[in-house]
Amino acid sequence: MQILGKSIADLQALIGSRKIKVKEVQQYFLKRVRKYNPTLNAFLTVQDQDEMSPINGVLAGIPFAVKDNFCTKGIRTTASSCVLDQFIPPYESTVTMRLLSAGATILGKTNMDAWAHGSSTETSDYGPTKNPWDLTRSPGGSSGGSAAAVSAYLTPAAIGSETAGSIRQPAAWTGVVGLKPSYGRVSRYGVIAMGSSFDCPGPLTLTVKDAAILLGVIAGKDPFDGTSSNIPTADYKTMLKTKKFLTIGIAKEYMEGMEESLKLKIEESLRIFQKLGHRIKTVSLLSPKYAISVYTIIQRAEVSSNLARYDGIRYGNDRTFFAAEAKRRTMLGAYTLSFGYYDAYYKKAQKVRTLIVEDFKRAFKDVDVIVAASTPISALKLGEFAKYPFFGELMDVLNEPAAIAGIPAISVPCGQDKNGLPVGLQIMGNYFDEATILNLAFQFEKETEFFGVIKKGIARYQD
Amino acid sequence: MNPVKFQPVIGLEIHVELKTKSKMFCQCSADYFGQKPNTIVCPVCLGLPGALPVPNRRAVEWTILIGQALNCRINQRSKFDRKHYFYPDLPKGYQISQYDEPIASRGWLKLKTQNSKLKTKEIEKKFRIHRVHLEEDTGKLIHKQGDTLIDFNRSGVPLVEIVTEPDFDNAEDVKAFLEELHTIIRYLGVSDANMEEGSMRLEPNISIKVESRKSKVESNDLPKYKVEVKNINSFRFVKQAIEYELERQQELLKKGETPIQETRGFDEKKVQTYSQRSKEQAHDYRYFPEPDIPPMEFSNEEIERIKKMLPVLPSSKYEQLRLQYKLNEPTSHHLTHNISNLKKFEGSVSLIQKDPDLMKIPNINQGTANIIINKTQNQNLSPSQIVDLTRATYLPKETNHSLLSEVINKVILNNPKAVEDYKNGKQNSIMFLIGQVMKQMKGKTDAMVVKKALENELT
Repeated sequence: MQILGKSIADLQALIGSRKIKVKEVQQYFLKRVRKYNPTLNAFLTVQDQDEMSPINGVLAGIPFAVKDNFCTKGIRTTASSCVLDQFIPPYESTVTMRLLSAGATILGKTNMDAWAHGSSTETSDYGPTKNPWDLTRSPGGSSGGSAAAVSAYLTPAAIGSETAGSIRQPAAWTGVVGLKPSYGRVSRYGVIAMGSSFDCPGPLTLTVKDAAILLGVIAGKDPFDGTSSNIPTADYKTMLKTKKFLTIGIAKEYMEGMEESLKLKIEESLRIFQKLGHRIKTVSLLSPKYAISVYTIIQRAEVSSNLARYDGIRYGNDRTFFAAEAKRRTMLGAYTLSFGYYDAYYKKAQKVRTLIVEDFKRAFKDVDVIVAASTPISALKLGEFAKYPFFGELMDVLNEPAAIAGIPAISVPCGQDKNGLPVGLQIMGNYFDEATILNLAFQFEKETEFFGVIKKGIARYQD
Repeated sequence: MNPVKFQPVIGLEIHVELKTKSKMFCQCSADYFGQKPNTIVCPVCLGLPGALPVPNRRAVEWTILIGQALNCRINQRSKFDRKHYFYPDLPKGYQISQYDEPIASRGWLKLKTQNSKLKTKEIEKKFRIHRVHLEEDTGKLIHKQGDTLIDFNRSGVPLVEIVTEPDFDNAEDVKAFLEELHTIIRYLGVSDANMEEGSMRLEPNISIKVESRKSKVESNDLPKYKVEVKNINSFRFVKQAIEYELERQQELLKKGETPIQETRGFDEKKVQTYSQRSKEQAHDYRYFPEPDIPPMEFSNEEIERIKKMLPVLPSSKYEQLRLQYKLNEPTSHHLTHNISNLKKFEGSVSLIQKDPDLMKIPNINQGTANIIINKTQNQNLSPSQIVDLTRATYLPKETNHSLLSEVINKVILNNPKAVEDYKNGKQNSIMFLIGQVMKQMKGKTDAMVVKKALENELT
């Protein structure tokens, strides 16, 4: 049985009809991880399970990879920082708990920027992850390990987390599907906090349907997360079937400064949407440059607070194990929260954040979704990030507005740039309306098959 | 030198641990006292990576209730903030507390106070409450043989902080205020408020304002320093600590020095405060809104619903004891502040009211209260046992008159000095003789009968 390239939905069908054994699936992916991980460095920890307990549920027997900032009971969880080198959580995050309860199994923990600080996976204390499309390039980040693992088919799907762009940007750079749900749609319990008011767990997958299946399992109110929402979830997978006709917003502010060959791909995608019967409408949004300032201030403040617990008393390693980026963020964050500076920085940033929220709410009165590129340029060479302390933020410029506002967005492949690297298109939706962005992404996938990007990515990594 | 006046300025910070079933932000039991270290903990109260706080609704309600009992305004919008500082007993590197939007603020408490030294007349004073807010308690450090161990059982227990305005100018008022507050908390049933176990902690802030006697204008400026005294575990010690501090600071001020701003501890044996650490001028806690907990909104209906849970408070209870039961002031005061005796009293009175014989006795309520206060201390007597005691004490008794005259003769013979004194006009001596007779009669007579018989015998 040929497994290479099979989606979760495919594997569900094969396992369900007993055409393939769960153990075979497990062994298959473990074998691929062993074969390709030394090259890619996508996994930090691999779960080699010989004993398989009987598995039931919608994801019975489906292996998945999970970013190393999700606490997994009994499995080392480092957030790619040596500070937590020896940390084995005594509890399970809500997201992994829900996946395990649905019958899925953890294949391993994936590499990331340390503490999720970065957009390249280069700040990992365990070395950078390589982009499966070009080993001299970054897979993006911070969920770079999860994205690379899906792109090279070391796992059929992975869980990542996004503070601002950390799912969508690596998904775009490695040519896979990345979904950032609304803030509060998926529980943060057990996710090592980065920017607490932004953090969103979400899936990285080969297909839109897989993203809908995983969202259906992990979404919903969690009594352990006070910021998780009571708004009911939807049957995301079933809702893909009915084709929606939508008004798609385009903001010229989001098209500025984009690399030309990427711009062409986005324009081509818009023509496809029109052909599918959707209406395109130009909207005006606040320039994403304000989002960068707001995001930088608030996120750094939250980082400085969230990292305070690693004071050297618990977890084995002391504060000297923090690398440069964490120190830089902690210092900036502590500064903006200091007496006399709070009003000028943090408070002001919160006010502008409110304006950005209102800006999106206003826009969504006129349009159903907003479409833009996922990133202004495609995958950078490894090492280029280090030259610019704020380069990550500039890379994420198109992701930050949605992160600040807390709206959902999905990145899907929409072709290749002049160097043959994948290009991502993102669809942003209204609050808690994941169903609509998934619906449009699914239509786009059916129409284009993502221009063969996913298949080409996997083809480089034969069994 | 200009004649000057030293004006003490004292404010209070009181921490009260709530006795909710579970902790403030997790489901661990809040009943940690005396438990084996680090057995009542979970990812949340240990501050493990990824764990999130979810506020305890009951604790929030009880804080509102405390605010209402202290006549505070309940803020319709309130939120939690992170207060950052590093200390080994604080596992997250910050304490979840409340900064600029506390649950309750701007309240007051009225007290009848009296200067016991000057025996001044009782007057009513009003002390303002600045704010009442909710936070989490920290773990506990245990120093043992040169090592420091941490017990996180207490970490995350709900803690209410009550802050007064600096409205006190003497230690006696502070003590009276704290006793009243302690009683209110006990009436609300929201805390054991046990100072020895640390479920109520007292921290006075003490400074002295120097005023020129010539200047008629009272300055409202507070002194430029304040001294906080920590780790005091009784009302008596608070009074002693304040009195000591006022004396110490006044000495310094007389010499033209300004006491330094610092935190001091209190040594109970030496009855002295001692320097612990000098306080940075502006401690920077880098407060910011807790992003893990959405802001709280309380509707008027909800605030009213909670207000209906308020029990009869000590001030009303005192009035009830004075007016309805006709008890005297000291007895009313005692019962108001001693909940176990109050319960005995109220239970006994309800039985007495059903007993026509007892009801005939004048001031029977006062008499019953006296028995409870003087004779049943440390005894776990039921109301009906107390009523039996009341009956034995106050109902007239059958007297064996021949035995009585026998005893009286014996007592007169054996106490010639007292008899002599009485005959020489020392009226009080008869009380001694009555006592002797009562003793030998083993209570089987009535004091008034004995008095009459003795008087007959001696005149």
